[in-house]
Amino acid sequence: MADSGSEDIAVIGNTDLTPSESENNLKNTMVEKGTSLLKRMEISVAEAEKRTGKNAVNMQETYTVYLIETRPVDAASEGTNPVPDSLWRRYSEFELLRNYLLVTYPFVVVPPLPEKRAEFVWHKLSADNMDPDFVERRRVGLENFLLRVASHPVLSSDKIFYSFLTEENGWKETVFETGFQAKADSRLKALNATFRVKNPDKRFAEMKHYGDELQSVISQLLRVRARAADRLYGVYKVHGNYGRVFSEWSAIEKEMGDGLQSAGHHMDAYAASVDDILEEEEHYADQLKEYLFYADALRAVCRKHELTQYELEMAAQDLTSKKQQREELATGTVRTFSLKGMTSKLFGQETPEQREAKLKMLETQIEEGEELVKERNEECDEFVKSAWVDIERFKEQKDHDLREALISYAIMQISMCKKGIQVWNNAKECFSKM
Amino acid sequence: MSGPVVDNAVPSGNSSVAIPTDISGQILDLDEDDDLEVFSKDTTLTEGSSFNASMQTSPASMINQYKFEEEEEDADTKDIFVTVDNPESLVTAIETYVTYRVMTKTTRSEFDASEFEVRRRYQDFLWLKGRLEEAHPTLIVHPLPEKFVMKGMVERFNEDFIETRRKALHRFLNKIAEHPIFSSTEDFKIFLTAGELTSHKKQGPGFLSRMGETVKAVAATVRGVRNRPEEFTDMQEYVEAFSQKISSLDKVTQRIVREQKEYLEELKECGPMYALWSQSEEELAEPLTSMASSLDSCCKETEERVKQINDHLIPALHEYVLCTETLKAVLRRRDNIQADFEAKTEALATKKADRDTMRDELDKMEDRLEWANNALKSDWTRWRKVMRTDLRSAFIDTAERNVNYYEKCLAVWESFLHSQRTDAEGNAKDDCS
Repeated sequence: MADSGSEDIAVIGNTDLTPSESENNLKNTMVEKGTSLLKRMEISVAEAEKRTGKNAVNMQETYTVYLIETRPVDAASEGTNPVPDSLWRRYSEFELLRNYLLVTYPFVVVPPLPEKRAEFVWHKLSADNMDPDFVERRRVGLENFLLRVASHPVLSSDKIFYSFLTEENGWKETVFETGFQAKADSRLKALNATFRVKNPDKRFAEMKHYGDELQSVISQLLRVRARAADRLYGVYKVHGNYGRVFSEWSAIEKEMGDGLQSAGHHMDAYAASVDDILEEEEHYADQLKEYLFYADALRAVCRKHELTQYELEMAAQDLTSKKQQREELATGTVRTFSLKGMTSKLFGQETPEQREAKLKMLETQIEEGEELVKERNEECDEFVKSAWVDIERFKEQKDHDLREALISYAIMQISMCKKGIQVWNNAKECFSKM
Repeated sequence: MSGPVVDNAVPSGNSSVAIPTDISGQILDLDEDDDLEVFSKDTTLTEGSSFNASMQTSPASMINQYKFEEEEEDADTKDIFVTVDNPESLVTAIETYVTYRVMTKTTRSEFDASEFEVRRRYQDFLWLKGRLEEAHPTLIVHPLPEKFVMKGMVERFNEDFIETRRKALHRFLNKIAEHPIFSSTEDFKIFLTAGELTSHKKQGPGFLSRMGETVKAVAATVRGVRNRPEEFTDMQEYVEAFSQKISSLDKVTQRIVREQKEYLEELKECGPMYALWSQSEEELAEPLTSMASSLDSCCKETEERVKQINDHLIPALHEYVLCTETLKAVLRRRDNIQADFEAKTEALATKKADRDTMRDELDKMEDRLEWANNALKSDWTRWRKVMRTDLRSAFIDTAERNVNYYEKCLAVWESFLHSQRTDAEGNAKDDCS
């Protein structure tokens, strides 16, 4: 059972995180102490900065870079608190890292990155990538990504990941040297191809279906939520008008003046309070979004299973047909239709030498085929085994995280209600003095 | 001659029927309050018919006596209870219209019985209002609900419209009943008790004299008042400003209701989303279902909140929007009376013949003006108090309802949280191995 081990996972650097947000981050990453990088190292995405530079086509562009800070775990407990190591990375490098992980560990449900462009926004929230709120939320999302990878039993021991965190220069070249690009291209092709698998593992088929449903329902939920947030904003802000009118009205009244004036202030406070409320709600939406993107990763794993299964079936099919050919050649009976068979029927049988040569070739092919089938079978089994382990791990994590998200949503609502009670009680007191 | 401030208590043996004897003891107490202006009432006023033109020209005999009703006093001394309810459509050969039941319970001795029940239509209320305004041009009559609905084509027989109107009519009659002068008028009594009003409607000055009033009003506006006392100018400025503010409040509140309704529409879709999601989940099914039902509960509370603002705050504000029109009219009428007097004064200066008759008339007009001014001044103070009470309680009420709304939603989420946390603890205990 993984406990939170909160002392070991100090999230350093960004003191702007509210206690509830830190808590959420901790809760969101299930730390497995014996196996993960996170046990030895503290990781955070501390800051974001704007940079300008020339891009690949030699044009000026503005982009944001994020500061990754790392520090050995022991350092903090020694009390010395040394300066953390740090380096800057931009979003595209995170993407590169993730693509590498996807290709290299196809049986893992790889943690998603925060969205590239702001979607499901309600109108007050900017959809602009340069908007400071968006950048801040992305910073949190990137940190979350790193923490999740660093606490994953398999991914956390990857060297490329380690050097992403520790080596600023030359990292990109290192990644390309692994040759993952080639695999990436074929993977992309495979994922997009349509093929029919005869015997998929039922569990994976179900998981894929689940992934579809999860994606669909979370998208709809996010859309509805954004619209409701928009409307709620309107309700609160209109109350600000009360503040203005009460203030003006108080100017013409004698006895009522003070009460009206102070009630007006509370109406202004009420109207202003919605900004914080919706910012917190945005954080909740981000938690849902993570699992929206996770659904995609889950489906990718299921697709990969289908692919390996398909390749196994193809190899087996090929082997069977080769064996059949051998049999036909040996016994002289043609059971399967083949062009060779037809031509030999038309143009006469082959010579015994030719037949011998063919048989020999077939034998070799069958041998190779059997090897291949054995290989593919093992691959398939391996994949099913390790993928299912990760899927189970993912399921547990998802259940835990989403439940926590719902709880944090309830906590937010409670806080909002308490604020509402306070404001209106204050207003009521002021009205009584009217 | 001015309307004197008579500082005396009504002796308990007084035959003044307007003031029930059971509160005579309290009158003494209230006289000591500096805020009160006490006018002595001429008993001739309370007998016989309501005001007619002759009354207005003999203000000497019309020295009103009434007390300011403090809010606390109402509860103890209210001796008349009026309700408007039970709307019904009535179909005749010529038209279809709605009638309302008007019930009266009273201990006032000038009423022949202690309970009355009559049916009245909107026109009848209009008649009453007209009579009161006619008799007391510078007193403030609470507004009636509007004749036609301004926004959109709402049928006169639409349920909501009728209910809104009924409530407003109920408030109107109650405001009349609470008014020290109006509640003791013969017209009010007739309205509450007469089987049918048609015969009464034909008596007395009515339509024509009101026409005359309007014509005079127009003429007066053209003529203008020369020496308007400052306090009435102040009143006018106040009314202008108040009119703007109350109008704004009315608009703001309507906007709030609109926004709330739109929010509610979106919120209604959230719960079902979570319910749908829970169908794909195992461990998460329960919390998601719980979430869905919590959101549904909040929806209900939001609906309730909207309804309450609609049913309480909006009508309250709206009535005061209508009040400002009444106030403007009252100020205009006072101005007219003064303008008439000023015109007559001028005429006297230039005329040679009929001096004596004219001077008599002038005296009467002067008295009339004085009386009108005083009536307005005291009713103005009364109106300010009532307005303050009404709007204060409307806003307090709204604040309370909002608190209540948040408290209910708070309970919903706390119960959700509690269920999730106890579940989690339960699971944790199970997992421990």
